[in-house]
Amino acid sequence: MTNAAIELQEASRAFGAVVALDRVSLSIAPGEFFALLGPSGSGKTTCLRLIAGFDRPDGGRILLDGEDVTDTPPYDRNVNTVFQDYALFPHMTVAENVAYSLRVRRVGAAERSRRALDMLELVRLGDFGERRPAQLSGGQRQRVALARALINQPKVLLLDEPLGALDLKLREEMQAELKHLQQRLGITFVFVTHDQGEALSMADRVAVFSRGRIEQLDTPRGLYTRPRTPFVASFVGSANVVEGALAERLTGRREPFAIRPELIEVLPGGAAAPAGSVACDGTLEDVLYHGASSRCHVRVDEQTVLAVARAESGHLAPLPPQGARVLLAWRPENAVHLAAG
Amino acid sequence: MLRSVSTFFHGRNAFYVSLLLLPPLLWLGTVYLGSLFTLLMQSFYAIDEFTARIVPELTFATYRQLFTHPANVDIVVRTVLMAVAVTIACATIAFPVANYMARYAGPKMKAFFYVGVMLPMWTSYLVKVYAWRLILAKQGIVSWGFASLGAEDTLENLLKTPVVGGPSLASSYIGMFIVFVYMWLPFMILPLAAALERVPGSLLQASADLGARPGQTFRNVVLPLALPGLAAGSVFTFSLTLGDYIIPSVVGAPGYFIGMMVYQQQGTAGNMPLAAAFSVVPIVLIALYLNFAKRLGAFDAL
Repeated sequence: MTNAAIELQEASRAFGAVVALDRVSLSIAPGEFFALLGPSGSGKTTCLRLIAGFDRPDGGRILLDGEDVTDTPPYDRNVNTVFQDYALFPHMTVAENVAYSLRVRRVGAAERSRRALDMLELVRLGDFGERRPAQLSGGQRQRVALARALINQPKVLLLDEPLGALDLKLREEMQAELKHLQQRLGITFVFVTHDQGEALSMADRVAVFSRGRIEQLDTPRGLYTRPRTPFVASFVGSANVVEGALAERLTGRREPFAIRPELIEVLPGGAAAPAGSVACDGTLEDVLYHGASSRCHVRVDEQTVLAVARAESGHLAPLPPQGARVLLAWRPENAVHLAAG
Repeated sequence: MLRSVSTFFHGRNAFYVSLLLLPPLLWLGTVYLGSLFTLLMQSFYAIDEFTARIVPELTFATYRQLFTHPANVDIVVRTVLMAVAVTIACATIAFPVANYMARYAGPKMKAFFYVGVMLPMWTSYLVKVYAWRLILAKQGIVSWGFASLGAEDTLENLLKTPVVGGPSLASSYIGMFIVFVYMWLPFMILPLAAALERVPGSLLQASADLGARPGQTFRNVVLPLALPGLAAGSVFTFSLTLGDYIIPSVVGAPGYFIGMMVYQQQGTAGNMPLAAAFSVVPIVLIALYLNFAKRLGAFDAL
C-alpha cells in the first residue's frame, strides 16, 4: 500500500478559548489537487499551517509520506508554500528569490542560477531574473513565488489563498495555469481558499471546513450535487436550504432539503404546476440581472426566501412584475435531503 | 472670511505648500546649514599666534596642526575607537531587545518595553552621568557587588588591563564605555525595533519553509532587512559618542576626547579655528560611514 502524501490524525489546535481545529482527520493521496474550502475562521488556514510546520497541533499527529512530522520544524519538511502575500524577499532579485532554497542548502552559484532560470522559464518569467519583486505586477509576483516554492521539487506544494490578491481575469488565467502545472509536475497540491468556485474548478477533492471541523469531503461534483449538510449546501453553489414546517409541507418529511436556484422554475401566480413537480407559492421580491442569467428572490413564508436562477436566453416568457404572486416548481428528484445542521 | 481664504487656497496647491514650508526651510537654511557653513569656514581661518586673534584669510594650517600634532591625532583616534566600540556594543545588546519588541511581545508587553526604553531619556542627562560616577566608584555599588560575590579579583584583573583599565571603574575607559553604552542604547533600540517591525512575519516563515535554519534566516533575511534601522541607530550612537564632552570629563581616564577639545578650544583657549576643525572630523566620519552603509545596501529596502 502506498502512503498518503499527507495525513492528519485527530489534529487539534486551539488559540486561547477559540478552537481553530477540532480533531480533524484527513488523508491526501500523492499527486492529488486538494482544496481546503471554508469561510474565514473555519480552520482551513490553521490546517495548512500545521502541514507546513509553522504551527504545532495541541493534539493529534501529522504524517508526510507515512513519516510522523508533528514535531519537525518547517525547514526539515519536504513541503513548500506559496504565501498569500507571496512573501518575496524585497532585498533580493527575482532570481535570488527563486534560488533561495538552493542557497541555504549550499548549492554552487552556477547550478543555482541555471536552475533558477529553468524555473523562471517554467512560469514564463525567463527575462525577469534581474528585477526586484517591487518591480513586478501582482500576477508576476505570484508566479515568482510559485517558482521559488517548486525549485526544490517538493513532494507537496501548499498554496494559501494563492489567487486572492489578483483581479478576476488574472485569477481565471492563473487557475488554468496552476491546474496545468500540477498535472505536468505530478506534485501534490493543497490549496486553501474561501472561493467555492475556485475550489470546484481546480481541485480533485475538496474538504469543506466549518467551525474547526470538516463538514464534508468529496469531489467537486459530489459536493455540488450531493451536499450532506445545510452548511455545505448553502456555502457551495449557494443552494436554497428549506427547513422545518415548510420542508414538511412540501416533502412530507420533517428533515431539511436543498434545492439549487437553477433547478427551480418561476411561473406566473395561479398557473398550474407541471405534473409530478413540487410547487409552492410566493411573492417576487426582487430580480438581479447578471448577464447570462438573472437571480430572483421569492418570499415563500416568514422565514424563507428562495433564490431562483433563470437563464437569460431570450425566448423565455417575461417575468411577472416585482411584488407579484408567483408559483415556484421543481422536480422532486432534484431536491437533496440533508442531515439536520 | 475664513471661507474666502480657503476658497483662495483651493486649487493653488503649490502656493499653499510653499507657504507652509517656507518658515521651516528658512529656519533650517539659515540657522542650521548657515551656521554649519560658517563653522566650516572658521576652520580654514588663520589665527595670530601672538595676539590669538582670528585672521580671516584662508589657510590649511589648522588642519595641518590637527593631523600632524601627535596629541591631536591621539584624541581623534581615541574618540573614534570609543565610538566604534560603543556602537558595536549597542547594536549587539539592542538587537535581541528590539527583535523581541517587534516580533514576540504582546501589545501590553510592547508598550511596557517602549516606555521602559524611553523612560531614562526623560531624566536629566547630567544626573545620570553623575549617578554613574557614583555607581562605578571605588567604593560604589558595582565594586560592592563584585566583593559580596567574592569576585574582587575579577574586577581587579579587569582593571589591570592595559590602556582600558585604571584605578577604579569610574576612572577607566571601561567605565566610560559602560556609561556611553547605557546612554545611547535607546537611540539604537528604537530605530532597530521600527525597522524589524516592518519585516512581515511571512518572510521569516517563507525562509524556514525554503529550508533555512534559524541562523540562516537571521543572516539572509532579518539582518539585511534590519540594516536601515541598524544604520540609523549606529549614526546616533556613533555621532553622539564622537561629539560628547560631558561623559569623558566626568567618568573615565584623563585622556581628551573630540568633544572636550572643541569645548576647550572655543572656550578657554579661544582657538576657534582648531575647535572648528575638530568638529568637522565627526561630520566627515559620519558622511563616510553613511556612504559605506549605502554601498552595503542598507537603504535599498527603504
